[in-house]
Amino acid sequence: MAAASLEDQENRKAWGFVTPALLWTICFFVIPFIVMTAISLATRTGREIVMVWNFDNYITFFEKAHLLKGLFVSLEITFTVTIISILLAYPLAWIIAERVPQKWQRMALILAVLPFWTSYVVRSYSWLLVLAKNGVINNTLIWIGVIAEPLEMASTRSATIIGFVHFFVMLLTLTIYANLVQMPPNYRRAAADLGANGFQVFWHIVLPLTLPGIMVGAFLTFVLCIGDYITPQILGGNNELALPQIIMLQLGRRADFPMAATLSIVLMGAVTLAYIACARWLKMERT
Amino acid sequence: MISSRFSKVISWAYLIALYGFIFLPVIVLVLFSFQDGRLPVPPFNGATLKWYGEVFADNRLMAALGNSLMVAIGSSLVACVLGFCAAYGLARFVLPASRLQRGILIAPMTVSYLIIALGLLSTFNWIGISLSLWTVGIGHVVINLPLCFAIIYASMGDHQKNIERAARDLGAKEWQVMTQVTAPMLMPSILAAFFLSVTFSWDEFIIAFLLSRFDVTLPVEIWSLLRSGLNPKTNAIGSVVFLFSIALLLVLELLVFRRTAKK
Repeated sequence: MAAASLEDQENRKAWGFVTPALLWTICFFVIPFIVMTAISLATRTGREIVMVWNFDNYITFFEKAHLLKGLFVSLEITFTVTIISILLAYPLAWIIAERVPQKWQRMALILAVLPFWTSYVVRSYSWLLVLAKNGVINNTLIWIGVIAEPLEMASTRSATIIGFVHFFVMLLTLTIYANLVQMPPNYRRAAADLGANGFQVFWHIVLPLTLPGIMVGAFLTFVLCIGDYITPQILGGNNELALPQIIMLQLGRRADFPMAATLSIVLMGAVTLAYIACARWLKMERT
Repeated sequence: MISSRFSKVISWAYLIALYGFIFLPVIVLVLFSFQDGRLPVPPFNGATLKWYGEVFADNRLMAALGNSLMVAIGSSLVACVLGFCAAYGLARFVLPASRLQRGILIAPMTVSYLIIALGLLSTFNWIGISLSLWTVGIGHVVINLPLCFAIIYASMGDHQKNIERAARDLGAKEWQVMTQVTAPMLMPSILAAFFLSVTFSWDEFIIAFLLSRFDVTLPVEIWSLLRSGLNPKTNAIGSVVFLFSIALLLVLELLVFRRTAKK
């Protein structure tokens, strides 16, 4: 009896600690998400949102070419960025972990992610300074005399990709480095003793062992990249719209809340699929 | 021997090339914030502090900077307190469905900020709450709470449990244990969570953009500056923000990580 009441008391205390955070997340995350899902099943008449509870918005999404194209543009950009970032970051992390003297490694890492701490909006703007028609690259090339006319680099998909890659190379260098230094050096020594050459050690030992870490970084890249509005808006211009840009367009100019909600759910669907793919792959890898 | 030297050269060349790529935009940003001229692009005409003067004389920018600081510190405090209490509750007591509870608390981390912002915007519109810095703050707590919870929860080990039990045996009440025993022991991770939240909130754009109306935060104000195209003034405010973040990082490094490293 006494024990039970003591347990009750303990439990009540525990709930007291957890409830505020839970309530906050439920009120300002779970419920808003449900509201948004409901609104995606509504329609807009004038400025009013009318609940009709049908999937017309989703059907419209698959019928209207410019909307569907947004998803594909976003997916293409995201995959390109993820792959290029991994290919660039892996050697960098490797060199920092292997070639840079131990006592300088921390410094090298801090330096590698320093521009991370510029404001997100400002970072895209900085790339605009570099890539614009009268920007650093064009002006320098014209000054040296390599080109006569400025190259069109801003307001292209390449500019968006460069801006993204810059950000994610920093992020992935950190995660891959963390993986590389966690690996016991004995594994590689053993492989080398058994006659593997440098490339074989890398391909059969190092790469498989760091792959899970790469996948986690790749997933993070995917989520952050596909949901970003700033970088494609500042660097990509309006020639070719990514999904977040289209969502913002629905909100702003067209004030079409239901469509914006629908597109957001589609965006989330893409992220969820990527998550499932990653999780499955990681599980397969482990067994 | 030759091949090893060759690979060494390649490594260093690669290192330098990538550092160049990583630093190029930052160097351009900071360098041309001192540009004596109307365009922040080469050729560099000479150094002036004029644009910094304009930044600090710009009332809207300064107001936005103040708003940003307020929202960042306020929302991070709330996120830290909520996150710490939840971590304490879930790490120290056996609760039903604790996996589900952890899942709910972490969930916002896996969703794009744009979607969190849209959900909140729909809900506020629906209930009829008007947008202000308060709504921005609410949004920032939503994105930072999972982070604070995860960091603090991860640092709650079993060895602290014994010290807490000792305090309880000596007659400390639950809130005394929490504030005088657990919190001081976990201070490094609490501070880390707090400062990380501050930098995230300080830099966050899309939630602040969609959930604010008249008073805006700094990233939103910078965004509206961008409409005027390339402008050394934008470089100047960008450099100020960069410097501020670096300063914050240094504080974090000196206050938190240095101390943990010593332990």
